[in-house]
Amino acid sequence: MPAPPKRTLLGFAIELAIYAALIAAYFFLVLRFLGDWLRSLFIEHRDLYAAVAISLMIGQAVALELVTNILATFLRLRKP
Amino acid sequence: MFFPISGLHLDPIYLICVGFVIGCLGGFFGVGGSFLTGPALFVTGMPMHFVVGTDLAHIVGKSIVAARTHRALGNIDLRLAGVMVVGTIVGSETGVQAIELLKKTAHVDLVVGIVSIVVFSFIALFSAFESWLTLRAGKDSKSDVGNPGPKQDAMVFDSVSKFIHGLRIPPCMSLPHSGIESISVWAILTVSFVGGIFSGFLGGGAGYIRMPSMVYVLGIPTHIAVGTDLFEIIISAGYGTVRHAMQGNVDILVALMMQTGAAVGAQIGANMTQYFSGPRIRLAFAPLPMLGAIAIAYKLITGNHQ
Repeated sequence: MPAPPKRTLLGFAIELAIYAALIAAYFFLVLRFLGDWLRSLFIEHRDLYAAVAISLMIGQAVALELVTNILATFLRLRKP
Repeated sequence: MFFPISGLHLDPIYLICVGFVIGCLGGFFGVGGSFLTGPALFVTGMPMHFVVGTDLAHIVGKSIVAARTHRALGNIDLRLAGVMVVGTIVGSETGVQAIELLKKTAHVDLVVGIVSIVVFSFIALFSAFESWLTLRAGKDSKSDVGNPGPKQDAMVFDSVSKFIHGLRIPPCMSLPHSGIESISVWAILTVSFVGGIFSGFLGGGAGYIRMPSMVYVLGIPTHIAVGTDLFEIIISAGYGTVRHAMQGNVDILVALMMQTGAAVGAQIGANMTQYFSGPRIRLAFAPLPMLGAIAIAYKLITGNHQ
């Protein structure tokens, strides 16, 4: 049975808030620690940069989907 | 925030919001969303070759999330996607080589911009016209709404797809999940090759070409075209990302930032397809490429591009 709209919206808002906090922390780490390294790869080892770039993107997509699923399950927006 | 790879100062909130909007639209329409992402990055002052490559990288991540949701809804035809990947990769390589050639002649912004405007405008007008006629003719079947099994669709311009189904150029294959008894593999390869050229040349997954082509040329039901296109975009945009990154056209930090918003939006968009019929999805799709065309035209006319 679908959750009542009010509860669903509240859950979604909480999910977004937690998600935003996690993302802000994650990006601080990524930009702080990976930014310079990625730039040097971009300039000096373009092939390696390409491999790292696609790996980061796929890894982040899978990780973000897991995070959103866990948050949604935790907030009972979706069946596990 | 400073992004050291492209050397630009960009607002991260803007990037996340753009990613979220594109994620919703991409999940719903089965497109990469480059017709909006491209202009959205272009207006920040990002050079066009970075726009093309970075957009592709962001699309990979978003499509993974959306395709997994569509898979759960039964909207992916794996046999069709398997054949399309081959044509798309060959086409994408051709498109990447074309843009490299244009970079040497220093007209890349103008050529890519003009081609984008023409293609986007045609798709928008045709989709609007066809879906409006279908809805007016009362062919708006509800049988494909919320149905987890084989999907059905309605359209007024089905003569092209019937002609394509009648072509018996071997080898032929059946697509039972899409309700097609027999279709030439060459027809699928041609559609995917053309889409691949646009993907490599204009950036994005070229869903704005491929999704309508799958519906109008191959006769694939809209819901399956949306899901299958997203699945196929993962492969083709992934390949395009690697090729563009090797050419120095990808700022992966910008793409990662955009993908955080897109991950949420893509799940919302993909789930929303359950509540709309094929013609309504196509009608809602129509204005989007036109918005992209208007934004690019504005930038080219004002001359504020790098």
